[in-house]
Amino acid sequence: MHPAPSIIFFTVFSGLGFGLLTFLGFGKPDYSGFTAFIFFLIAYVFAVGGLVSSTFHLGNPQRALKAFSQWRSSWLSREGCLAVAALTVMGIYAIGVVFLDTRWTLLGLVGAALSLATVFGTSMIYTQITTVPRWSHWTTPVLFILYALTGGAFLAGQTSIAAPMLLLLGVFQCVYWIIGDKLFSASGSTIETATGLGSMGKIRMFEAPHSSKNYLMKEMVHVVGRKHARTLRIIGVLCLSLLPYLLLVLPPFYHLISLLALLLHIGGALILRWLFFAEAEHTVGLYYGQR
Amino acid sequence: MTQLPTHTEKKLGLVIDLDTCVGCHACVISCKGWNTENYGAPLSDQNPYGADPSGTFLNRVHSYEVTPDEGAAMTVHFPKSCLHCEDAPCVTVCPTGASYKRVEDGIVLVNESDCIGCGLCAWACPYGAREMDQAEGVMKKCTLCVDRIYNENLPEIDREPACVRTCPSGARHFGDLGDETSDVSKLVAERGGMDLMPELGTKPVNKYLPPRPKDDQIDILAPFLETVAEEPQGFLGWLDKTLERIG
Repeated sequence: MHPAPSIIFFTVFSGLGFGLLTFLGFGKPDYSGFTAFIFFLIAYVFAVGGLVSSTFHLGNPQRALKAFSQWRSSWLSREGCLAVAALTVMGIYAIGVVFLDTRWTLLGLVGAALSLATVFGTSMIYTQITTVPRWSHWTTPVLFILYALTGGAFLAGQTSIAAPMLLLLGVFQCVYWIIGDKLFSASGSTIETATGLGSMGKIRMFEAPHSSKNYLMKEMVHVVGRKHARTLRIIGVLCLSLLPYLLLVLPPFYHLISLLALLLHIGGALILRWLFFAEAEHTVGLYYGQR
Repeated sequence: MTQLPTHTEKKLGLVIDLDTCVGCHACVISCKGWNTENYGAPLSDQNPYGADPSGTFLNRVHSYEVTPDEGAAMTVHFPKSCLHCEDAPCVTVCPTGASYKRVEDGIVLVNESDCIGCGLCAWACPYGAREMDQAEGVMKKCTLCVDRIYNENLPEIDREPACVRTCPSGARHFGDLGDETSDVSKLVAERGGMDLMPELGTKPVNKYLPPRPKDDQIDILAPFLETVAEEPQGFLGWLDKTLERIG
C-alpha cells in the first residue's frame, strides 16, 4: 500500500496524543495548574494535529463532517466519533485539573477509556481491510494499542512504565512481522483464484491493461519501498525500542537524555509506520502479477 | 446508508465469457465514452499525451497466459469491472454513506456529492474495481450504466450497459442473476460460471464463464490444407540438388 505521509503522521501522532491522554485520565502524572496545562497541550496538539493531518489526503476535505454519520458500519466513521468524544470528555476533565485543581476521577477514567478506544478505532480501519491479509489480523489492534500506551507512558514521564513497555513493544513488533509475513500466503488468494482460471493451469500476466501506472497500482501495488524493508526493520526496532530503553534504564538519568530517547522512539515509530504501509500487500496486485 | 441491504429485489450484473472475449478493449472505450459524459463527474485523464499517461477507467482488460500441465499454452483476455458483490466490503467501510447498494436491483453506486475521497472503499475492494478520479477527488466505479438500462429516451436495444452493447464478439451479457429463469442465469448454469476470489466471501454478482477446452482432434478440413509440394520443384529443385552435390 502507498505510504502516504499524511496517514503516517496521523496514525503515529494521534496515537501518541491519545496514549498520553489515556495516562492523564488515570491521573499520571498527578500535576495540576500550569504543568498539567502543558501536558494536556502536548496531548491535544498531537491528537488533533494527527487528526487534521489525516484530512490532507482526502479528495474533498470540505465534506469531512459527513464522515461522522456511518458509525453503524464503518470503522473510519467510528474512529472519528470516538476521537471527538474522547477529546470532549478529556477537555472537561482538563478544565478541572488545570483551572480548578480538582480531579474528577470518574470523568478521567471515562476519558482514558475513550482515548484508548479511539486508538483501537484507528487500528480497526486497517484490520477491517480483508484485502490486505497482513493487516486483517488481531495482532494489528494490539500493535497500535501498544504503540499508543508506550508512547503515552513516555510522554507522561512514567519512566517505570515506559521502560518495560518499550521492550514489550519491540518484541511484539517482531512477533507482528513473524506472523504477518505468512498471512498473504495463508489467505489462499493467488493469481489463479483472482482470475478463476487455476483449474486450467499456471497463470501468468501476459499483457497489462494499461501502458503506465494507474491509481490502483500507485495506491495498492507499492512494491518499490520494500527493497530496504529488512534494513529498515532493524533500524526501526533499534530506534523504537532498544536504544530508548537503554537510555532510560542506564544511569545517569537526565531530562535531556530522556528527550533524546523520546525523539528516537518517535523516529522509530515513523519508520515502522512507513513500513506498515509499504510492506502491506493488497490482493489487487495479483491481477498485475505482483504483490 | 452504508449498511448492506439483507435482500435485493433483483441482482443485476454481467456475465463475461472468457471463451469468446478477443481482448479488443472496445468495452473499455465505450465505457469511458458513455460514463465520462453522463452519470456523475467526468472520467479525467492526467497527462494524456505525455510520456506517462494515466486516467480513470471503470473497466479494464487484462490478458493472461494459461499454461496447462500438458498441451499448448493459451491466452485469455480478462475484462474486469465492478462485480456488484452481494456482500460488498467497499460499501460498509464508507464513512460518509456515499457508497451504497440499491435494494431494488443490487447495483453498487457512489453518491459523489457525499464522497470525501478518502479512498478506503478502493482499499476494501479485492478486485481493483474502484478508481479515484484525480481531477474531482471522488471515487468512480461501474454503475452498470444505471442511466442507460432504465432510460426510456433510448431505443430499447440500447437499454443495456455500454460495454455489453458494444462488445463485437458477444462476450458480455447483462441481466438479472437473481432470477433463475433469466438468460444470464441459464448461461451461468450451462457453462459453469464462476466467482473471482470466492475465498474472500464477497459473493460477486458478476460471473465469468471459463474458456472452453481446446479441441484435441485435428479439424476435418486439415487434410486439404496440407503442404502441396514436399520436395522442391523446378528452379528450387535444381538449386537444391546442385547445392547438395557441391556440399
